[in-house]
Amino acid sequence: MGLAKRIIPCLDVENGRVVKGVKFLDIRDAGDPVEIARRYEQQGADEITFLDITASHEGRETTVHTVERMAAEVFIPLTVGGGIRECDDIRRMLNAGADKVSINTAAVFTPEFVQKAADRFGSQCIVVAIDAKKVSLPGEADRWEIFTHGGRKPTGLDAVEWAEKMVSLGAGEILLTSMDQDGMKSGFDLGVTRAISEAVNVPVIASGGVGNLDHLVDGIIEGKADAVLAASIFHFNEYTIPEAKRYMQSRGIEVRL
Amino acid sequence: MSSIAVIDYGMGNLHSVAKALEHVQPGVDVWVTADPQRVRDADRVLLPGVGAIRDCMAEIRRLGVDAEVAEAIASGKPFLGICVGFQALMDFSEENNGVDCLGHFPGKVKFFGHQLNDEAGNQLKVPHMGWNQVNQSLEHPLWHGIENKSRFYFVHSYYVKLAQQALVAGTCEYGLPFDVAMAHKNLFAVQFHPEKSQQAGLKLLQNFLNWDGSF
Repeated sequence: MGLAKRIIPCLDVENGRVVKGVKFLDIRDAGDPVEIARRYEQQGADEITFLDITASHEGRETTVHTVERMAAEVFIPLTVGGGIRECDDIRRMLNAGADKVSINTAAVFTPEFVQKAADRFGSQCIVVAIDAKKVSLPGEADRWEIFTHGGRKPTGLDAVEWAEKMVSLGAGEILLTSMDQDGMKSGFDLGVTRAISEAVNVPVIASGGVGNLDHLVDGIIEGKADAVLAASIFHFNEYTIPEAKRYMQSRGIEVRL
Repeated sequence: MSSIAVIDYGMGNLHSVAKALEHVQPGVDVWVTADPQRVRDADRVLLPGVGAIRDCMAEIRRLGVDAEVAEAIASGKPFLGICVGFQALMDFSEENNGVDCLGHFPGKVKFFGHQLNDEAGNQLKVPHMGWNQVNQSLEHPLWHGIENKSRFYFVHSYYVKLAQQALVAGTCEYGLPFDVAMAHKNLFAVQFHPEKSQQAGLKLLQNFLNWDGSF
Protein backbone atom coordinates (compact mmCIF):
# COMPACT_ATOMS: atom_id res chain seq x y z
CA MET A 1 0.00 0.00 0.00
CA GLY A 2 1.44 3.33 -1.03
CA LEU A 3 1.47 6.06 -3.56
CA ALA A 4 0.67 4.91 -7.09
CA LYS A 5 2.96 5.63 -10.01
CA ARG A 6 1.06 7.85 -12.41
CA ILE A 7 0.26 7.52 -16.11
CA ILE A 8 -0.30 10.86 -17.81
CA PRO A 9 -1.57 11.09 -21.38
CA CYS A 10 -0.48 14.26 -23.15
CA LEU A 11 -2.52 16.19 -25.71
CA ASP A 12 -0.88 18.55 -28.18
CA VAL A 13 -3.40 21.30 -28.84
CA GLU A 14 -3.35 24.02 -31.46
CA ASN A 15 -6.13 26.61 -31.67
CA GLY A 16 -8.35 24.45 -29.51
CA ARG A 17 -7.90 21.25 -31.52
CA VAL A 18 -5.77 18.21 -30.84
CA VAL A 19 -3.23 18.18 -33.63
CA LYS A 20 -1.38 14.91 -33.48
CA GLY A 21 -4.54 12.99 -34.10
CA VAL A 22 -6.28 10.68 -31.71
CA LYS A 23 -8.15 7.59 -32.69
CA PHE A 24 -10.98 6.35 -30.52
CA LEU A 25 -13.69 4.39 -32.25
CA ASP A 26 -16.52 5.69 -30.17
CA ILE A 27 -16.09 9.41 -29.78
CA ARG A 28 -17.86 11.94 -31.88
CA ASP A 29 -15.04 14.36 -32.45
CA ALA A 30 -11.50 13.04 -32.26
CA GLY A 31 -10.09 16.56 -32.50
CA ASP A 32 -11.85 17.95 -29.44
CA PRO A 33 -9.42 17.98 -26.50
CA VAL A 34 -12.24 17.97 -23.96
CA GLU A 35 -13.81 14.85 -25.38
CA ILE A 36 -10.45 13.12 -25.55
CA ALA A 37 -9.49 14.14 -22.02
CA ARG A 38 -12.82 12.79 -20.77
CA ARG A 39 -12.18 9.50 -22.49
CA TYR A 40 -8.76 9.21 -20.87
CA GLU A 41 -10.21 10.10 -17.50
CA GLN A 42 -12.80 7.33 -17.86
CA GLN A 43 -10.06 4.89 -18.82
CA GLY A 44 -8.24 5.68 -15.58
CA ALA A 45 -5.62 8.26 -16.56
CA ASP A 46 -4.13 9.73 -13.39
CA GLU A 47 -3.70 13.24 -14.77
CA ILE A 48 -3.95 15.03 -18.10
CA THR A 49 -1.26 17.22 -19.63
CA PHE A 50 -2.38 19.75 -22.19
CA LEU A 51 0.44 21.09 -24.30
CA ASP A 52 -0.57 24.25 -26.12
CA ILE A 53 1.39 24.75 -29.32
CA THR A 54 -0.72 27.66 -30.54
CA ALA A 55 1.41 30.48 -31.85
CA SER A 56 -1.02 33.36 -32.26
CA HIS A 57 -2.37 35.61 -29.55
CA GLU A 58 -6.01 35.04 -30.60
CA GLY A 59 -5.37 31.33 -30.48
CA ARG A 60 -4.29 31.64 -26.87
CA GLU A 61 -7.74 32.91 -25.97
CA THR A 62 -9.17 29.74 -27.48
CA THR A 63 -6.82 27.77 -25.26
CA VAL A 64 -8.20 29.45 -22.15
CA HIS A 65 -11.74 28.48 -23.16
CA THR A 66 -10.66 24.93 -23.88
CA VAL A 67 -9.05 24.65 -20.45
CA GLU A 68 -12.24 26.03 -18.90
CA ARG A 69 -14.39 23.47 -20.66
CA MET A 70 -12.01 20.68 -19.74
CA ALA A 71 -11.90 21.64 -16.08
CA ALA A 72 -15.69 21.61 -15.93
CA GLU A 73 -15.87 18.02 -17.14
CA VAL A 74 -12.67 16.27 -16.17
CA PHE A 75 -12.08 15.66 -12.47
CA ILE A 76 -8.45 14.65 -12.36
CA PRO A 77 -5.47 17.02 -12.20
CA LEU A 78 -4.82 19.05 -15.31
CA THR A 79 -1.45 20.52 -16.29
CA VAL A 80 -1.19 23.14 -19.01
CA GLY A 81 2.10 23.78 -20.76
CA GLY A 82 3.25 25.80 -23.72
CA GLY A 83 3.55 29.57 -23.90
CA ILE A 84 3.77 30.12 -20.13
CA ARG A 85 6.11 33.12 -19.95
CA GLU A 86 4.85 35.38 -17.20
CA CYS A 87 2.80 35.31 -14.04
CA ASP A 88 -0.26 36.58 -15.91
CA ASP A 89 -0.16 33.49 -18.14
CA ILE A 90 -0.13 31.31 -15.03
CA ARG A 91 -2.94 33.19 -13.37
CA ARG A 92 -5.07 32.93 -16.52
CA MET A 93 -4.58 29.16 -16.77
CA LEU A 94 -5.18 28.52 -13.07
CA ASN A 95 -8.29 30.67 -13.14
CA ALA A 96 -9.51 28.72 -16.13
CA GLY A 97 -9.22 25.56 -14.03
CA ALA A 98 -5.72 24.18 -14.59
CA ASP A 99 -4.14 22.67 -11.48
CA LYS A 100 -0.55 23.09 -12.59
CA VAL A 101 1.35 24.88 -15.32
CA SER A 102 4.46 23.68 -17.01
CA ILE A 103 7.20 26.21 -17.67
CA ASN A 104 9.75 25.40 -20.32
CA THR A 105 11.88 27.77 -22.35
CA ALA A 106 10.98 30.75 -20.19
CA ALA A 107 12.84 29.08 -17.33
CA VAL A 108 15.98 28.76 -19.41
CA PHE A 109 16.03 32.43 -20.28
CA THR A 110 14.80 33.80 -16.96
CA PRO A 111 15.19 31.25 -14.16
CA GLU A 112 13.98 33.86 -11.61
CA PHE A 113 10.57 33.47 -13.22
CA VAL A 114 10.30 30.02 -11.64
CA GLN A 115 11.00 31.50 -8.22
CA LYS A 116 8.51 34.31 -8.72
CA ALA A 117 5.86 31.86 -9.91
CA ALA A 118 6.43 29.46 -7.01
CA ASP A 119 6.28 32.30 -4.49
CA ARG A 120 3.10 33.67 -5.97
CA PHE A 121 1.18 30.48 -6.75
CA GLY A 122 2.88 27.78 -4.65
CA SER A 123 5.35 25.11 -5.71
CA GLN A 124 2.57 22.54 -5.98
CA CYS A 125 1.38 24.08 -9.24
CA ILE A 126 4.75 24.82 -10.85
CA VAL A 127 6.12 22.13 -13.12
CA VAL A 128 9.39 22.82 -14.90
CA ALA A 129 9.78 21.05 -18.23
CA ILE A 130 13.29 20.04 -19.22
CA ASP A 131 14.33 18.75 -22.63
CA ALA A 132 17.57 16.83 -22.21
CA LYS A 133 19.86 15.09 -24.64
CA LYS A 134 23.06 13.18 -24.12
CA VAL A 135 26.09 15.17 -25.26
CA SER A 136 28.91 12.99 -23.95
CA LEU A 137 30.73 10.86 -26.48
CA PRO A 138 31.02 7.10 -26.18
CA GLY A 139 33.67 6.32 -23.59
CA GLU A 140 33.24 9.64 -21.78
CA ALA A 141 31.39 10.04 -18.49
CA ASP A 142 27.65 10.50 -19.15
CA ARG A 143 26.60 14.09 -19.57
CA TRP A 144 23.27 15.52 -20.66
CA GLU A 145 22.49 19.05 -21.74
CA ILE A 146 19.34 21.16 -21.82
CA PHE A 147 17.99 21.84 -25.29
CA THR A 148 15.41 24.39 -26.41
CA HIS A 149 13.34 24.92 -29.54
CA GLY A 150 11.97 21.42 -29.70
CA GLY A 151 15.32 19.84 -28.98
CA ARG A 152 17.23 21.69 -31.71
CA LYS A 153 19.22 24.27 -29.75
CA PRO A 154 21.77 23.24 -27.14
CA THR A 155 22.21 25.63 -24.20
CA GLY A 156 25.42 24.38 -22.61
CA LEU A 157 23.51 23.82 -19.36
CA ASP A 158 24.03 20.53 -17.57
CA ALA A 159 20.65 18.81 -17.25
CA VAL A 160 21.10 17.39 -13.76
CA GLU A 161 22.48 20.64 -12.32
CA TRP A 162 19.67 22.51 -14.03
CA ALA A 163 17.02 20.27 -12.50
CA GLU A 164 18.53 20.83 -9.04
CA LYS A 165 18.56 24.55 -9.62
CA MET A 166 14.92 24.58 -10.73
CA VAL A 167 13.87 22.69 -7.60
CA SER A 168 15.87 25.04 -5.39
CA LEU A 169 13.97 27.94 -7.02
CA GLY A 170 10.65 26.32 -6.20
CA ALA A 171 9.69 23.86 -8.95
CA GLY A 172 7.27 21.33 -7.43
CA GLU A 173 7.72 18.75 -10.16
CA ILE A 174 10.05 18.09 -13.10
CA LEU A 175 8.73 17.03 -16.50
CA LEU A 176 11.77 15.47 -18.13
CA THR A 177 11.69 14.85 -21.86
CA SER A 178 14.52 12.68 -23.04
CA MET A 179 15.01 10.24 -25.83
CA ASP A 180 17.38 7.40 -26.40
CA GLN A 181 17.43 8.24 -30.06
CA ASP A 182 15.85 11.24 -31.71
CA GLY A 183 12.23 10.79 -32.61
CA MET A 184 12.49 7.04 -32.43
CA LYS A 185 10.03 5.23 -30.25
CA SER A 186 12.88 3.64 -28.40
CA GLY A 187 12.07 4.69 -24.86
CA PHE A 188 13.31 7.25 -22.38
CA ASP A 189 16.98 7.93 -21.84
CA LEU A 190 17.06 5.99 -18.57
CA GLY A 191 20.44 7.38 -17.54
CA VAL A 192 19.32 10.98 -17.33
CA THR A 193 15.93 10.01 -15.95
CA ARG A 194 17.56 8.18 -13.09
CA ALA A 195 20.24 10.82 -12.52
CA ILE A 196 17.62 13.56 -12.17
CA SER A 197 15.15 11.44 -10.18
CA GLU A 198 17.89 10.68 -7.68
CA ALA A 199 19.20 14.24 -7.59
CA VAL A 200 15.95 16.02 -6.73
CA ASN A 201 13.43 15.46 -3.96
CA VAL A 202 10.33 16.39 -5.99
CA PRO A 203 8.43 14.05 -8.33
CA VAL A 204 9.87 13.48 -11.82
CA ILE A 205 7.67 12.72 -14.82
CA ALA A 206 9.47 10.82 -17.57
CA SER A 207 8.49 11.72 -21.12
CA GLY A 208 9.62 11.14 -24.69
CA GLY A 209 10.01 8.25 -27.05
CA VAL A 210 7.54 5.80 -25.52
CA GLY A 211 6.87 3.04 -28.05
CA ASN A 212 5.71 0.15 -25.89
CA LEU A 213 4.68 -0.78 -22.38
CA ASP A 214 8.15 -1.94 -21.38
CA HIS A 215 9.36 1.61 -21.90
CA LEU A 216 6.87 2.78 -19.26
CA VAL A 217 8.02 0.06 -16.86
CA ASP A 218 11.70 0.87 -17.48
CA GLY A 219 11.09 4.57 -16.82
CA ILE A 220 9.68 3.73 -13.38
CA ILE A 221 11.94 0.87 -12.35
CA GLU A 222 15.26 1.80 -13.91
CA GLY A 223 14.67 5.51 -14.39
CA LYS A 224 13.11 5.84 -10.90
CA ALA A 225 10.49 8.22 -12.28
CA ASP A 226 7.34 8.92 -10.29
CA ALA A 227 5.12 9.23 -13.34
CA VAL A 228 5.26 8.52 -17.06
CA LEU A 229 3.85 10.70 -19.78
CA ALA A 230 2.96 9.41 -23.23
CA ALA A 231 1.02 10.54 -26.24
CA SER A 232 0.97 8.47 -29.38
CA ILE A 233 0.81 4.98 -27.90
CA PHE A 234 -2.49 5.94 -26.30
CA HIS A 235 -3.81 8.20 -29.02
CA PHE A 236 -3.81 5.49 -31.64
CA ASN A 237 -5.19 2.80 -29.38
CA GLU A 238 -1.96 0.85 -29.65
CA TYR A 239 -2.45 0.36 -25.93
CA THR A 240 -5.18 1.50 -23.63
CA ILE A 241 -4.47 3.01 -20.24
CA PRO A 242 -5.92 -0.01 -18.37
CA GLU A 243 -3.65 -2.29 -20.42
CA ALA A 244 -0.66 -0.18 -19.55
CA LYS A 245 -1.57 -0.15 -15.86
CA ARG A 246 -2.18 -3.88 -15.68
CA TYR A 247 1.14 -4.51 -17.36
CA MET A 248 2.95 -2.20 -14.95
CA GLN A 249 1.23 -3.91 -12.05
CA SER A 250 2.34 -7.31 -13.33
CA ARG A 251 5.89 -5.99 -13.17
CA GLY A 252 5.50 -5.06 -9.53
CA ILE A 253 4.65 -1.37 -9.93
CA GLU A 254 1.91 0.11 -7.76
CA VAL A 255 -0.80 1.71 -9.93
CA ARG A 256 -4.33 3.01 -9.48
CA LEU A 257 -6.70 0.50 -11.11
CA MET B 1 -32.81 23.64 -4.24
CA SER B 2 -29.95 23.52 -1.82
CA SER B 3 -27.12 26.01 -1.65
CA ILE B 4 -23.48 25.69 -0.72
CA ALA B 5 -21.06 28.44 0.16
CA VAL B 6 -17.48 27.81 -0.95
CA ILE B 7 -15.51 30.22 1.20
CA ASP B 8 -13.23 32.32 -0.96
CA TYR B 9 -10.31 33.90 0.88
CA GLY B 10 -8.25 34.41 -2.22
CA MET B 11 -6.06 31.36 -1.90
CA GLY B 12 -6.05 29.11 -4.92
CA ASN B 13 -8.41 28.14 -7.58
CA LEU B 14 -11.97 27.42 -6.52
CA HIS B 15 -13.19 26.79 -10.01
CA SER B 16 -12.53 23.04 -9.82
CA VAL B 17 -14.39 22.45 -6.60
CA ALA B 18 -17.33 24.57 -7.75
CA LYS B 19 -17.51 22.69 -11.06
CA ALA B 20 -17.29 19.33 -9.34
CA LEU B 21 -20.20 20.25 -7.03
CA GLU B 22 -22.29 21.39 -10.00
CA HIS B 23 -21.38 18.19 -11.80
CA VAL B 24 -22.54 15.85 -9.03
CA GLN B 25 -25.71 17.81 -8.33
CA PRO B 26 -26.84 19.78 -11.38
CA GLY B 27 -28.80 22.84 -10.30
CA VAL B 28 -27.15 23.18 -6.90
CA ASP B 29 -26.45 26.81 -6.01
CA VAL B 30 -22.71 27.15 -5.52
CA TRP B 31 -21.73 30.50 -4.00
CA VAL B 32 -18.03 31.22 -4.11
CA THR B 33 -17.94 33.96 -1.50
CA ALA B 34 -16.39 35.49 1.59
CA ASP B 35 -19.51 37.46 2.48
CA PRO B 36 -20.56 36.42 6.02
CA GLN B 37 -24.25 36.83 5.20
CA ARG B 38 -23.99 34.52 2.19
CA VAL B 39 -22.13 31.95 4.26
CA ARG B 40 -24.84 32.24 6.93
CA ASP B 41 -27.60 31.83 4.34
CA ALA B 42 -26.10 28.76 2.68
CA ASP B 43 -27.34 25.29 3.57
CA ARG B 44 -23.81 23.92 3.52
CA VAL B 45 -20.33 25.35 3.86
CA LEU B 46 -17.08 24.27 2.25
CA LEU B 47 -13.69 25.57 3.36
CA PRO B 48 -11.07 24.93 0.68
CA GLY B 49 -7.45 26.07 0.61
CA VAL B 50 -4.18 25.61 -1.20
CA GLY B 51 -0.80 27.16 -0.71
CA ALA B 52 1.24 28.08 2.30
CA ILE B 53 -0.53 28.05 5.68
CA ARG B 54 0.88 31.41 6.81
CA ASP B 55 -0.67 33.19 3.82
CA CYS B 56 -3.90 31.23 4.20
CA MET B 57 -4.24 32.03 7.91
CA ALA B 58 -3.40 35.69 7.30
CA GLU B 59 -6.18 36.00 4.74
CA ILE B 60 -8.61 33.96 6.85
CA ARG B 61 -8.10 36.42 9.73
CA ARG B 62 -7.99 39.56 7.59
CA LEU B 63 -11.28 38.75 5.89
CA GLY B 64 -13.03 37.56 9.04
CA VAL B 65 -13.34 34.05 7.65
CA ASP B 66 -12.29 32.73 11.10
CA ALA B 67 -15.56 34.00 12.58
CA GLU B 68 -17.58 32.69 9.64
CA VAL B 69 -16.04 29.24 10.05
CA ALA B 70 -16.69 29.19 13.80
CA GLU B 71 -20.30 30.24 13.24
CA ALA B 72 -20.85 27.68 10.47
CA ILE B 73 -19.43 24.83 12.55
CA ALA B 74 -21.54 25.82 15.55
CA SER B 75 -24.70 26.18 13.43
CA GLY B 76 -24.92 22.44 12.86
CA LYS B 77 -25.09 22.66 9.09
CA PRO B 78 -22.91 20.33 7.03
CA PHE B 79 -19.35 21.62 6.86
CA LEU B 80 -16.52 20.24 4.71
CA GLY B 81 -12.85 21.25 4.91
CA ILE B 82 -10.47 20.36 2.10
CA CYS B 83 -6.64 20.31 2.19
CA VAL B 84 -5.47 23.52 3.90
CA GLY B 85 -9.14 23.92 4.88
CA PHE B 86 -8.61 20.78 6.99
CA GLN B 87 -5.20 21.81 8.35
CA ALA B 88 -6.49 25.27 9.34
CA LEU B 89 -8.89 23.67 11.83
CA MET B 90 -6.01 22.35 13.96
CA ASP B 91 -4.12 24.14 16.76
CA PHE B 92 -0.84 24.67 15.07
CA SER B 93 1.18 24.04 11.90
CA GLU B 94 4.94 23.57 11.64
CA GLU B 95 4.90 25.19 8.19
CA ASN B 96 6.52 28.64 7.71
CA ASN B 97 8.44 28.31 10.99
CA GLY B 98 5.27 27.70 12.93
CA VAL B 99 1.80 29.18 12.49
CA ASP B 100 -1.12 29.23 14.88
CA CYS B 101 -4.24 27.87 13.24
CA LEU B 102 -7.93 28.14 14.15
CA GLY B 103 -7.72 25.63 16.99
CA HIS B 104 -11.14 24.07 16.54
CA PHE B 105 -9.65 20.64 17.19
CA PRO B 106 -6.56 19.54 19.10
CA GLY B 107 -3.98 18.45 16.60
CA LYS B 108 -0.85 19.49 14.78
CA VAL B 109 0.19 19.90 11.18
CA LYS B 110 3.64 18.40 10.69
CA PHE B 111 6.27 18.28 7.94
CA PHE B 112 6.90 14.98 6.18
CA GLY B 113 10.62 15.59 6.59
CA HIS B 114 13.56 15.45 4.26
CA GLN B 115 14.44 11.88 5.15
CA LEU B 116 11.28 9.97 4.42
CA ASN B 117 11.68 6.34 3.38
CA ASP B 118 9.38 3.52 2.34
CA GLU B 119 9.56 0.03 3.88
CA ALA B 120 12.26 -1.00 1.41
CA GLY B 121 14.38 1.99 2.41
CA ASN B 122 13.86 4.00 -0.77
CA GLN B 123 13.70 7.73 -0.26
CA LEU B 124 10.23 9.19 -0.80
CA LYS B 125 9.63 12.47 -2.59
CA VAL B 126 8.03 15.42 -0.84
CA PRO B 127 5.43 16.77 -1.66
CA HIS B 128 3.30 13.66 -1.32
CA MET B 129 1.82 14.05 -4.79
CA GLY B 130 -0.51 11.62 -6.51
CA TRP B 131 -3.03 8.90 -5.78
CA ASN B 132 -2.84 7.11 -2.45
CA GLN B 133 -5.10 4.68 -0.67
CA VAL B 134 -7.31 5.94 2.11
CA ASN B 135 -8.18 3.66 4.96
CA GLN B 136 -11.66 4.51 6.27
CA SER B 137 -11.33 4.31 10.04
CA LEU B 138 -15.00 4.69 10.80
CA GLU B 139 -18.36 4.44 9.12
CA HIS B 140 -19.62 7.79 8.03
CA PRO B 141 -22.29 9.06 5.61
CA LEU B 142 -19.53 10.73 3.55
CA TRP B 143 -17.84 7.38 2.89
CA HIS B 144 -21.13 5.90 1.71
CA GLY B 145 -20.69 3.93 -1.54
CA ILE B 146 -16.91 4.45 -1.59
CA GLU B 147 -14.92 1.26 -1.28
CA ASN B 148 -12.48 1.17 1.60
CA LYS B 149 -8.88 1.82 0.47
CA SER B 150 -10.01 3.71 -2.62
CA ARG B 151 -7.36 6.03 -3.99
CA PHE B 152 -7.69 9.80 -3.74
CA TYR B 153 -5.48 12.54 -5.16
CA PHE B 154 -3.12 14.28 -2.76
CA VAL B 155 -0.67 17.13 -3.04
CA HIS B 156 0.86 18.33 0.23
CA SER B 157 4.11 18.47 2.18
CA TYR B 158 2.54 18.79 5.64
CA TYR B 159 0.17 16.33 7.27
CA VAL B 160 -2.34 16.39 10.10
CA LYS B 161 -1.93 14.42 13.29
CA LEU B 162 -5.09 14.62 15.37
CA ALA B 163 -4.70 14.49 19.14
CA GLN B 164 -7.97 12.61 19.61
CA GLN B 165 -8.14 9.24 17.92
CA ALA B 166 -11.95 9.33 18.11
CA LEU B 167 -12.01 12.14 15.52
CA VAL B 168 -10.04 10.24 12.89
CA ALA B 169 -12.21 9.22 9.95
CA GLY B 170 -9.47 8.17 7.54
CA THR B 171 -5.75 7.46 7.45
CA CYS B 172 -3.07 7.04 4.84
CA GLU B 173 0.57 5.96 4.72
CA TYR B 174 3.51 7.64 3.07
CA GLY B 175 6.66 6.71 4.89
CA LEU B 176 4.62 7.16 8.08
CA PRO B 177 0.94 6.89 8.99
CA PHE B 178 -1.07 10.11 9.11
CA ASP B 179 -4.64 11.35 9.34
CA VAL B 180 -6.38 12.30 6.12
CA ALA B 181 -10.00 12.63 7.23
CA MET B 182 -11.75 13.69 10.40
CA ALA B 183 -15.36 13.67 11.49
CA HIS B 184 -17.03 15.54 14.34
CA LYS B 185 -20.79 16.10 14.43
CA ASN B 186 -21.65 18.24 11.37
CA LEU B 187 -18.04 18.62 10.29
CA PHE B 188 -15.99 16.47 7.95
CA ALA B 189 -12.57 17.41 6.67
CA VAL B 190 -10.12 15.78 4.29
CA GLN B 191 -6.50 16.25 3.27
CA PHE B 192 -6.96 14.96 -0.29
CA HIS B 193 -8.70 16.74 -3.15
CA PRO B 194 -12.10 15.12 -3.79
CA GLU B 195 -12.65 17.49 -6.72
CA LYS B 196 -9.60 15.93 -8.42
CA SER B 197 -10.16 12.33 -7.36
CA GLN B 198 -12.51 11.22 -10.11
CA GLN B 199 -15.29 8.77 -9.09
CA ALA B 200 -14.26 8.32 -5.46
CA GLY B 201 -13.92 12.06 -4.96
CA LEU B 202 -17.10 12.95 -6.82
CA LYS B 203 -18.98 10.38 -4.75
CA LEU B 204 -17.71 11.99 -1.55
CA LEU B 205 -18.86 15.42 -2.75
CA GLN B 206 -22.23 13.99 -3.70
CA ASN B 207 -22.50 12.39 -0.26
CA PHE B 208 -21.70 15.77 1.28
CA LEU B 209 -24.48 17.44 -0.73
CA ASN B 210 -26.90 14.77 0.46
CA TRP B 211 -25.77 14.80 4.09
CA ASP B 212 -27.99 16.32 6.77
CA GLY B 213 -25.00 16.93 9.05
CA SER B 214 -25.88 14.32 11.61
CA PHE B 215 -23.28 11.87 12.84
